[in-house]
Amino acid sequence: MLAQIGKRFLTVIPSLIGVIIVTFLLTRVLPGDTASYFAGPAATPQAIAEIRTKLGLDKPLPVQFADYVAALVKGDLGQSLTTGQAVTKDIAARLPASAELTLAGLFLAMSIALPLGVMAAVRQGSWIDHLCRIIATAGVSLPVFFTGLLLVYVFYFILGWTPAPLGRLDVFYSEPARVTGFLLIDSLIAGEFETFRAAFAQLILPAVTLAIFSLAPITRMTRASMLAVLGADFVRTARASGLDSSTIIGTYAFRNAMLPVVTTLGMVFSFLLGANVLVEKVFAWPGIGSYAVEALIASDYAPIQGFVLTMAILYVLLNLMIDILYGVIDPRVRLEG
Amino acid sequence: MTNTPIDRRRFLQTASATTAAAIAAPSVWSPAKAQARQETLLIVSESGPNNLDIHGVGTNVPGYEVSWNTYDRLISHEMKDVNGTAYYDRDKFKMELAEDMAVGDMSVTFKLKKNATFHDGTPVTAKDVKWSLDRAVSVGGFPTFQMKAGSLEKPEQFVVVDDHTVRVDFIRKDRLTIPDLAVIVPCVVNSELVKKNAGPNDPWGLEYTKQTPAGSGAYKVTKWTPGTEVVLERNEDWKGGTLPKVRRIIWRMVPSAGNRRALLERGDADISYELPNKDFVELKDAGKLSIVSTPFSNGCQYLGMNVKQPPFDNPKVRQAVAYAIPYQKIMDAVLFGLGKPLFGASGSPAASWPVAHQYNTDMAKAKALLTEAGYPNGFETTISFDLGFATINEPLAILVQESLGQIGIRTTINKIPGANWRTELNKKVMPLYTNVFSGWLDYPEYFFFWCYHGANSVFNTMSYQSPTMDAFIDGARKAAAVGDAATYEKDVKGFIETAFTDVPRIPLFQPYSNVAMQKNVSGYQYWFHRRLDYRALVKA
Repeated sequence: MLAQIGKRFLTVIPSLIGVIIVTFLLTRVLPGDTASYFAGPAATPQAIAEIRTKLGLDKPLPVQFADYVAALVKGDLGQSLTTGQAVTKDIAARLPASAELTLAGLFLAMSIALPLGVMAAVRQGSWIDHLCRIIATAGVSLPVFFTGLLLVYVFYFILGWTPAPLGRLDVFYSEPARVTGFLLIDSLIAGEFETFRAAFAQLILPAVTLAIFSLAPITRMTRASMLAVLGADFVRTARASGLDSSTIIGTYAFRNAMLPVVTTLGMVFSFLLGANVLVEKVFAWPGIGSYAVEALIASDYAPIQGFVLTMAILYVLLNLMIDILYGVIDPRVRLEG
Repeated sequence: MTNTPIDRRRFLQTASATTAAAIAAPSVWSPAKAQARQETLLIVSESGPNNLDIHGVGTNVPGYEVSWNTYDRLISHEMKDVNGTAYYDRDKFKMELAEDMAVGDMSVTFKLKKNATFHDGTPVTAKDVKWSLDRAVSVGGFPTFQMKAGSLEKPEQFVVVDDHTVRVDFIRKDRLTIPDLAVIVPCVVNSELVKKNAGPNDPWGLEYTKQTPAGSGAYKVTKWTPGTEVVLERNEDWKGGTLPKVRRIIWRMVPSAGNRRALLERGDADISYELPNKDFVELKDAGKLSIVSTPFSNGCQYLGMNVKQPPFDNPKVRQAVAYAIPYQKIMDAVLFGLGKPLFGASGSPAASWPVAHQYNTDMAKAKALLTEAGYPNGFETTISFDLGFATINEPLAILVQESLGQIGIRTTINKIPGANWRTELNKKVMPLYTNVFSGWLDYPEYFFFWCYHGANSVFNTMSYQSPTMDAFIDGARKAAAVGDAATYEKDVKGFIETAFTDVPRIPLFQPYSNVAMQKNVSGYQYWFHRRLDYRALVKA
């Protein structure tokens, strides 16, 4: 098993090298000019040139690339100009925020989508099947920024039930001591239950927004894959053998239907992590998606490269995890590169 | 049993009420929290600082706000009342770190307050002042450029007379030298502290002050999470003026304009700026908040034309365009009235800036001028704008496009991303574009020197060169330096009239700086930098 994981990692290296080269080149062909953007409105050509030299952008591309790789080997992703901090520090601070939100959204979506999908497959054509279809269609068709703004409007502005959409924690709470970077966990470790409640309250609306969006693929995939499995021979055999239907569905059918669902979950998770920019913007969530977009607007190279690289590594790890999970769910699946 | 349904309903009601209360609980303050809320001002805006030191490389505009409130300058400005808003007085200076200013013929001498200290307790001395001014003229980029605008160019100009006396020598007579010492850039930095933290490649300690303000200002930064929030506490030992009323400032970045508005309307945020004009107008009409709109000092949005290339090298074409702009529609549909019109004046302009020009929307005249210029069937061109300010620029460009179409000028709209805008502008090749320029120093000759003079600075985006214009501008600067009021007025009127006849750029309107705050917040002051001065704010 370990050898297989090791082998799998080896195949990852070329793709990472590719990612490094491509992001470097892509950021360099962006139309913006970092130096003149940061030189500000009152910059003379001389001031712009000074900034360009300070940032090392006047060197030829291969030299810039060599500098970048040399720093990368030391774990240095460079400095962000939009936040003024080291990119590694920024990403370390922001990745947990995105991860906490995405995981919360995904768990919420799973807890609704999986039972709903299973029930829709078992009672095909019933009201629950139609409900499943409606939810899935609505979830996909509503853009996240719209659902987000709508939820804020209803639950914060009109009803006043949820706290102000001001990011991860209300203004008057201070962050608990940092252990995992997940506020819910850190506040519990620190024993600050009031902070936990505050962080939880802040998390509700953005998590629901993400959940609504990710309901659709999970529900549809669960339903489709359950349908296929329920029509399979072994289920018919089980039925004929007189097993009761909860055992058939819960133990045999569901487990076999899980493979495509897990793949979908992995895809949805990685997609949400990178693509919840809009949710982060709406809820002033200090996540990694909004960070990358702000950097992109300012043609700030280092954070973009750092972001893409982090995402690439995450994807690789996630895929590996899913592959391992496959083996657990279905021992017939072999882990191979 | 008959009661059951009602009981159940009641139960559900109480249950949902409890849930709601539990979720809403964070806004129910414990007494200590309520007290903290009372002494804290929550500001929300779109973006935050990227550097806490204005001398830093590429410090953004929100960074200026931090510098303004955490550092002191030798002098600052008094306030005056303009239409009910406190507005900085260009001509009256107030002492900040200095206790006395003596202006001589070719120098100015400042006596420092003896008891002023930096945030770490070290006294502010003359050598700190010199080091800071040396730093501002030496680091390059924006700070050095801004110092130069007031003829402050060399470290030798700053002389330590004794521990509490500094002299600034003039390299030439310039009316802008003293005002330039009151802008954000010449702030006084704790030289010993910064030198201790400076590296071999960074003699001015810019890396250190980027994260840690080292000033003597009214506020100290206690927490800065880039892109998320800045927390500032009052400096109880501040000597630069009367102790501010607000103990703590929390400045949160809320990217969505809709949410900033919701936060204000719900009463959770105390102050916000950077909202779309439409929101400001609606908030003003609703009357729940106080909205202050002040025209940008010494600034205007304009339509520029590249005078080096045909067809805009022909003044008649430029005048035709000036007659074909839908000025009033722009005021109504783009700005929602939040702007000062700069068109349709009668008679000759006054000797101040910005003033309205004589052009009006007159399609017949425009068409006639265009025919006279040799373009009876019009021509094709592109109109460019900065996408970073799309809420104003996009509808404006569309209105102009539609209007120019009526006289046969067919335009394609070219949207340029914010990161690329300066590069494109500096190339000076865009034929037709809209942009804003505003100067910190509120003097007409300052604006004209940068925007119209043949020295062709980066702000002369039209590449306009005219000997008549240059003579007027140079004349006005010289007259201002020696205090010759009559010549000054004549020259100022001269360059404004030339600018309106030649129209290399068409002033459209003076934008407003809009701030929305809760009714219990007062003390807002308009400054040339258009950022908030926390020191004067009061929360009742």
